[in-house]
Amino acid sequence: MVESLVVGRGLSKKFGDFTAVDSIDFQIQAGEAFGFLGPNGAGKSSTMRMIGATSPPTSGHLRVLGMDPMVDGIKIRGRLGVVPQEDNLDRELSVYENLLTYGRYFNMARAEIDRRAAELLEFVQLSERRDSRVDPLSGGMKRRLIIARGLINQPELLILDEPTTGLDPQARHVVWDRLYQLKQEGVTLVITTHYMDEAEQLCDRLVVMDKGRIVAEGSPRSLIERYSTRDVLELRFEADARDQALPVIETVAQRTENLPDKVMVYTDNADEAVIRLSNNGVHPISTLIRRSTLEDVFLRLTGRQLIE
Amino acid sequence: MNTPRSLMVVEAEYRIYRRTWRGTVLTTWLRPILFLVAMGMGLGALIDRNVNQALGEAGYLAFLAPGLMAASAMQTAITEASWPVRTGIKWRKNYWAQISTPLTTNDLLTGLMIWITIRLLFVSTAFAVVIWVFGAGSFGKALMAVPAATLTGMAFASPLAAFAAWVKEDSTMIAMFRFSIIPLFLFSGAFFPIEQLPDFLEPIVVLSPAWHGVDLCRWIILGTPLTLSIWTELGYLAATMAAGWWAAARQLRKRLIV
Repeated sequence: MVESLVVGRGLSKKFGDFTAVDSIDFQIQAGEAFGFLGPNGAGKSSTMRMIGATSPPTSGHLRVLGMDPMVDGIKIRGRLGVVPQEDNLDRELSVYENLLTYGRYFNMARAEIDRRAAELLEFVQLSERRDSRVDPLSGGMKRRLIIARGLINQPELLILDEPTTGLDPQARHVVWDRLYQLKQEGVTLVITTHYMDEAEQLCDRLVVMDKGRIVAEGSPRSLIERYSTRDVLELRFEADARDQALPVIETVAQRTENLPDKVMVYTDNADEAVIRLSNNGVHPISTLIRRSTLEDVFLRLTGRQLIE
Repeated sequence: MNTPRSLMVVEAEYRIYRRTWRGTVLTTWLRPILFLVAMGMGLGALIDRNVNQALGEAGYLAFLAPGLMAASAMQTAITEASWPVRTGIKWRKNYWAQISTPLTTNDLLTGLMIWITIRLLFVSTAFAVVIWVFGAGSFGKALMAVPAATLTGMAFASPLAAFAAWVKEDSTMIAMFRFSIIPLFLFSGAFFPIEQLPDFLEPIVVLSPAWHGVDLCRWIILGTPLTLSIWTELGYLAATMAAGWWAAARQLRKRLIV
């Protein structure tokens, strides 16, 4: 059996009366990309900070790299890489100096940092910006630099909290591409995200979190198979037409979700459903056929959308 | 080789300082010069004409300069301890980046305190040079007062770090600067002997570490007798620093390890 890098059992985090993380169980194996998917406030960041050995669990069992974060925090943090959600780079310093400063916190020798920094800047495509100040860099570049910074100590586990939140689509794809590359190289990734496409692209396995609890666990594929249908029809109607159409829709669907702006029709064969709806006099103003995603899984499990 | 982690924080502070030192030149050199010209020479000329026995024979400039050295160290320490802690937690957020490495909150605090000590030694030495240039005291004696001025600053640095780690709003910080720093500065004994104050204010002034620092520096540079014993003066400054350090360590842990 493969040894788990991180094990949480009955792990909870409370802030006063508020329960941010409510007795969750999970295991993260070496070499996998593991995701915590859920909306804002689901308890993902609190979980990350506990794994990162900077936040004491309120109760439950937590082992990171085989150690207790509250006892061996310094040792654990020395072997982790952390990519925070917020940009906390040293703005006064250059790109290279940021890596140098951070590397020194791990007591790395300067020559070693220089070698590693050159490699990492190449990897995140910032070699040409090595000596420029951090302030004028774009959001995507800053995020890539934070990723490089998190990798300076060759961590066994890289923790990424919302790695592409706030980036434009193009910058997101560059970050995904780099993270995918890391995964190929065998770096264990722990990712929190509220983007279902991010989770699908990057995660081998994930847990879906809602209100501090884990509501499902598995690979993106298996979660979709288990909790959703193959296809989804998204139908939009004129104001009055929707109520009349609903009873008919239910006859062609395995399941429906009646959202404020559209009706989601879950079925294993969307083409056939479209024809049957049309034959029964249902004519939406727009029809979109797509495959099920983790968004649908989340909707099914919680009755809510990931991004509201 | 395993360098103590807090020294990595000092190194980082230095690296940032190399980029930002220009802004500190003004306060390091210009502040002592401006004060000694305006108060020491300008106001001092008037005072000396009306011979004031309380100031001794050396004249107002010589009376003012040592006290101002201690009071300046206080001001530098307050600025250098409060804003970095506040922004480290709230604005630059570099403290959050640092604690996700092997650094602990105690390393951050120790590193900051070492860094401020270095800055105070430098700023006070610059002050000693200005004293010498103005003929307000001997260079040797002014240099000997540098450790005393530095200790005065440290007695403010750690409590201010604790305060900055504790505050939730910037407005609280600004209010503190507005309503406590200026009185501390004015009533430190640097500008006039505190015996001149109404009787009820005197014991309050004596509670301020600034007054102890002023008394020490004046004793070293001007040779006026100490009001209290040297061990009481040094002990009071050291105790204030230690208490502030303890509170700052506690507050930082409370704010960052959540």
